[in-house]
Amino acid sequence: MPPDIAIPDVTTAAPKGAVVTGRTESPALAAIMPYLQSLPLWIVLAIFLAIPICMIVVASFWDDQATGMVPSFIWDNYRDALGEWVTWNTYLQTIRYAVIVWALTLGIGFTVAYVLAFHIRSSLWQMVLFQVCAIPFLTSNVIRMISWIPFLGRNGLANQFLMDLGITDHPLEFLLYSPFAVCLAFVHLYTLFMVVPIFNTMMRIDRALVEAARDAGAGPIEVMRHVIIPLSLPGISIGTIFVVTLVMGDFITVQMMSGGQSASVGLIIKNAMSLLQYPEASAQAVVLLLTVLLMVGSILRVIDIRKEL
Amino acid sequence: MPEAGVELINVTKKYGNVKAVDEINLRIPAGSYCCLIGPSGCGKTSTLRMIAGHEKASSGDILINGRNVTDLPPVQRGTAMMFQSYALFPHLTCLDNVAFSLRMRGVGKDERRAKAKEMLERVHLPEMAERKPAQLSGGQQQRVALARALITNPSTLLLDEPLSALDPFLRGKMREELKRLQRELGITFIHVTHAQDEAMALADLVVVMERGLILQSDSPRHVFDNPNTPFVARFMGGHNILEGKVSAAGTVSLADGNAIHVNEKLPAAASTVRIAVRSDRMRLMPTDDLPNRLNAKVTAVEYNGSFVRVGLMDVGGADHSLMLSETDFYAHPVALGDSVVAGFQADDVHVLAN
Repeated sequence: MPPDIAIPDVTTAAPKGAVVTGRTESPALAAIMPYLQSLPLWIVLAIFLAIPICMIVVASFWDDQATGMVPSFIWDNYRDALGEWVTWNTYLQTIRYAVIVWALTLGIGFTVAYVLAFHIRSSLWQMVLFQVCAIPFLTSNVIRMISWIPFLGRNGLANQFLMDLGITDHPLEFLLYSPFAVCLAFVHLYTLFMVVPIFNTMMRIDRALVEAARDAGAGPIEVMRHVIIPLSLPGISIGTIFVVTLVMGDFITVQMMSGGQSASVGLIIKNAMSLLQYPEASAQAVVLLLTVLLMVGSILRVIDIRKEL
Repeated sequence: MPEAGVELINVTKKYGNVKAVDEINLRIPAGSYCCLIGPSGCGKTSTLRMIAGHEKASSGDILINGRNVTDLPPVQRGTAMMFQSYALFPHLTCLDNVAFSLRMRGVGKDERRAKAKEMLERVHLPEMAERKPAQLSGGQQQRVALARALITNPSTLLLDEPLSALDPFLRGKMREELKRLQRELGITFIHVTHAQDEAMALADLVVVMERGLILQSDSPRHVFDNPNTPFVARFMGGHNILEGKVSAAGTVSLADGNAIHVNEKLPAAASTVRIAVRSDRMRLMPTDDLPNRLNAKVTAVEYNGSFVRVGLMDVGGADHSLMLSETDFYAHPVALGDSVVAGFQADDVHVLAN
């Protein structure tokens, strides 16, 4: 019967041909395929992250002589870096900045994200207001920082205004070139890094959860404490990592806004480099890197952020 | 008349200029199982949310057990809501989820955990107490949500499409369980659904809504047997709707020339009328004992085990269904494209309001 012959021909022969021509690679090639596909990323990471860090670590053990760096393996750079009272004091100051700035950006960032995510109903306004927060960040850090100077200075707008109102009869000195000015600039520069991740996490909170909590008798404070804050923790920790690492590594903000009166770990490294003391700068950089990694690690131990990635 | 558990008086909900719920009046007896049913956007969920206190009524009054609760927050209404997506707190264990409302009421840790454990046992999930909701199956999550809603001993449980996320098998099981719980607890259940089979299986009172209005509210049997409008008849399913003109002789003449004898009251002669006939009350000719006839063509024959569905199209192009018993069908089988005559009794004709 012709159909009995024809049917097997059509159904078996055609797919077989397709398989043979479509997939010619060997099993071994198939096994390494995923690695090959991710190779470009590995190359980028190696060139721009792994190799530079390795070079810094290597240089931190080299000998620093008047003629230049000499390949070597000595601990002197670390002994010099950690043996000085100034280093410890500077770390303390930098960490103090980090804590103050973290608390302020968290407070402001959480509030802004909360209002944007939960109280702005129309998604158009949500986008507009979010852009209002983000657009200033298209200008450079330095420009946004410098713009504070005429405002906060001895004869700046802030002092003029306060004196016109009669709140003070002489210009306030602490407004500029002070820890206050440094913190103000940091908060201004980095609050967005808190707003964005917290806003993202909050947008993923099911609105029905808030209603369920209200249904169970929770008031606004309980809803915040038992529902919104716990569910925003991943965003808060991502924002915290951003802000803490940025403040810990900063040197330009501290230098400009404190008028050179305040130190930071970043400034130590920058000063060492301007004196061409690369091994010492490297040692300081390694210590700073380890400190920041330790801080990030402890944040990650407390809060699971995997769901956010 | 039994005491009203929930009463809605001229309740309206407007979103901007759109009336989602339009001056509805409804009386749900205490301790009954009420299903609000209708297509999406008919206002059933808005009604439920107004009863729960998650939406404010634009006007009108809501009474629960004789108390006006229109302006009270959810917690003071004695209601509990079970949400469509369950809305379990993902960061809390099942036990803490169930105990949440007790915690909000300031009940001590040991007491509330003991009570929550009891409640989890009631929904047969004691072993899941320490798991997070994400580690549970859909059916289990639903039980936890049920336990969470019931722990405060509410007088009224509000369920927003509680079964829609479950597969058909679980849906049937949960349906039985909901009915059993309602009977055991003796409290009012108000259940929003778009599935008429769910409503018929569960409800003591079915409320059919469309475009913010209540079209009909009665026992499932009465609504199914006596739908008051073509919409209700279509929505409840199982009905064929025929259109004709009222003749001088007190019959309805169809487009195919057949005169339909009706035992119910008809509108004035010469007006257009729509009548409903249950699809399980129609038979295929030869059935000489049936006074009413409809000429049609067979468009579908579906074997369903205990019955056979025959799809028909009448001369006006309207589709109808017949549910024939297996024996009846195979006594006189028909095939696709056959011209047939369907017959039915005058008693089985129900006149619909327009």
